[in-house]
Amino acid sequence: MSVALALPQPARWRYRLRRVLTEAGSVMLVMVLLIWSLAPVYNMFLIALDPEEGEIEFDGNLWPSEPSLEGFRAVVTQDARYLEYFWHQFGNSLYIGLLTMVLTVLIGSLASFAVSRMRLSKGSLLTNAALLTYAIPASYLIVPYFRIMHSYGLSDNSWAVIAAQVTFATPFAILILQLYARLIPFELDDAARVDGASAVQVYLRIYLPLMAPALAIVAIYALLLAWNDYLYPAVLLAVRNMTVAVTQGQLFTDTDAPWNAMMAAAIIYVLPPIVLLFALRRYVVAGLTMAEVTE
Amino acid sequence: MSSMQQVLAAGPPVSVKGPPRLPGRRHLRGSDLRWAIAFVFPYAAVFFVFVVYPFGYALWMARKPSLYAELIADRSYLPAVVNTLLFAGLGVNVKMFVALLLSGFFMRRRWWIRASLAVFILPWVIAAAQACVSFHWMLQEQGLVDGLLLALFGIDGPLWLNDRWLALGWNMIVYIWKWMPFWTVIFLAARMRIPRDIYDAAEVDGATGTRRFVHVTFPLLANLYLLCTLLSTLWTIGDFTTVYLVSGGGPASTTNVLATLGFHYGFDTARPALGVAAVLSALPVLIPIVILLMRRLQTSEAEL
Repeated sequence: MSVALALPQPARWRYRLRRVLTEAGSVMLVMVLLIWSLAPVYNMFLIALDPEEGEIEFDGNLWPSEPSLEGFRAVVTQDARYLEYFWHQFGNSLYIGLLTMVLTVLIGSLASFAVSRMRLSKGSLLTNAALLTYAIPASYLIVPYFRIMHSYGLSDNSWAVIAAQVTFATPFAILILQLYARLIPFELDDAARVDGASAVQVYLRIYLPLMAPALAIVAIYALLLAWNDYLYPAVLLAVRNMTVAVTQGQLFTDTDAPWNAMMAAAIIYVLPPIVLLFALRRYVVAGLTMAEVTE
Repeated sequence: MSSMQQVLAAGPPVSVKGPPRLPGRRHLRGSDLRWAIAFVFPYAAVFFVFVVYPFGYALWMARKPSLYAELIADRSYLPAVVNTLLFAGLGVNVKMFVALLLSGFFMRRRWWIRASLAVFILPWVIAAAQACVSFHWMLQEQGLVDGLLLALFGIDGPLWLNDRWLALGWNMIVYIWKWMPFWTVIFLAARMRIPRDIYDAAEVDGATGTRRFVHVTFPLLANLYLLCTLLSTLWTIGDFTTVYLVSGGGPASTTNVLATLGFHYGFDTARPALGVAAVLSALPVLIPIVILLMRRLQTSEAEL
C-alpha cells in the first residue's frame, strides 16, 4: 500500500490491516486445528489402505502409493487374525452400549426426579453420595470388580460390564439432570398434581418430555462411555464376548497382527457414534446451552 | 426442619439463591413417599452394590501396612506417583486453559470456523483405544511423526517412546488431544449462555479484546472453570487407556501411572493386593478434590 493513500485515513487503514491480520490468524488456527484433530485419523486410513498386512510405517507419500481396500474386505468377511468374530463383537458393543444408555437414563432420571422434583427429604444425600463415586476412578476398582463379578457368577458375562458402565455413567447423568431440571418451573408439576395426575404421570408426561435435551446429552455420554471403554471389557470378558474397542489393543502382544485390517476395523467402529452425534445435534446443542430445542 | 429447608441446607443446588419457591411444601406422604422411594431405589442399589461394596472390598484387600512398605521399596512405584502427578497436573491445566481460549475462538461467526468445530470434536467421539493405537504407530521408528519431520524439516526424529520424558510427554499430548474437545464444547456452551447485553455494556465502557476476556468473560466462567478442572483432575488421575496403549508404561516401566501400575501388579504379576494398595495410595489426593467439588456444587449456581 502506498503512503499517499494511507495518509488521509490512517485509522481506517490500521483498522483494515488489523482485520486482515485477524482473519489470516483465524485461517492459520483453523488449519492447525484440522491437522491436530485429523492426524491420527489420517494415520488410521494410511495403515488401513495399505495392501500389506503388517505395514505401519510411513513411506513418505501423503496419499498411499497403491491404496487397497483389502483391509476393509478382510474385516467385513472376518478373514483376518483377531477379527474372526468382528460382527459378533460389533453386536456386543451395540448390546452393551445400548443397555448402558437405557439403564443410565432410566436410573438417573428416576433418582433425580424423586430428589429434585418430588423433593424426597434426605434424597439429596444420595445424589451427593453419587459424586463420591468419582473419588475412586473406575480404573482403580478393576481388581476388586474382577473378583466381585466372579463371585456374583458374572465372569465373562456382558452384564458385568454393563453394571460397571452404568455405575460410572449415572453420577454424571444425575448431575446434569439436576442442573437442567432447574429450568423447568415447579408450577407445571403442581398444576398437574392438582388435576389429579399421579407421580408416575408427572414423570412420564411432564418431566421426561421437557427434559429431552438433557436426557439426550446423558444418553450420548453413557453410550460413548460404554462403546469406547477399553479396560472393563478387556478384563471382564473373554474374546468372543468382547467389544470391538478391545480388539485393537494387541499391539504389545502381537506386533505382526494384520494392522491394515485392524485399522480398517477401527475406522468402521468409530463411525456409528459420529452418525449418532450428528443425528442428535439439535438436542445436544439445546441441552448444552440449557435452551429449548430449536428447529 | 421442613423438607425444603433440608434441601436448601444440604441438597444439590435446587434453588440456592433467592427465596424458596414453595414455602408451604411439607413432607411427602403416603403413596407419594412410596413412589419417591421406589424411584431412588434403583440408583441406591447400584450405588451400594457397585460402588460401596467394591470400594470396601478394595480397602479390605489393601489393609496390610506391609503392602505399602513393599510399594515404597518397589523401584517402579515412586516414578509412577511422579508420573501421575505430572500427567494430571500438566495434562489437566494445559487442556483446560487451551479449551477455554479455543471456546472463545469458536464463538466467532464465520461459517468455516463453525464447520471446523465439527471436525475438532471428532477426537472426543473416537474411541480412546483406537486413537491411542494409531498414535502408538505414529510414534514408531519410521512412523508418521518421524516421516513428516524428515520430509518437512529434514530432521531425523528420535525414538519417541524409548525415552521416559518424551514418552510421558506424548502420553499427555494424546490425552489432551482426546479430551480437549469435550471441555471446549462445555465452555463454548457456557459462553453462549452469557447474555449479549453484558458484552454490549462492556464495549460501551471500553472493554474489548483481552480486557473483555479478563474482566468480563473470565469472571463469569471462573466458577465453571474451577468445577470442570476439579472433575477433570479426578478423571485424569484415573486414566488408564492413554498410558497403557500409547507408551505401554515403557520404556522399562518408567512411564506408568498409578492406574497402569496397579493393573500391572494385579494382572501381570498376579499380586492383586499390591495393585489395589498402589491405586488406593492416591486417596489422600482424590478425597479432598471430591469434597471441594461437592462443596462448590452446593454453594454455587454453577451450571455445567
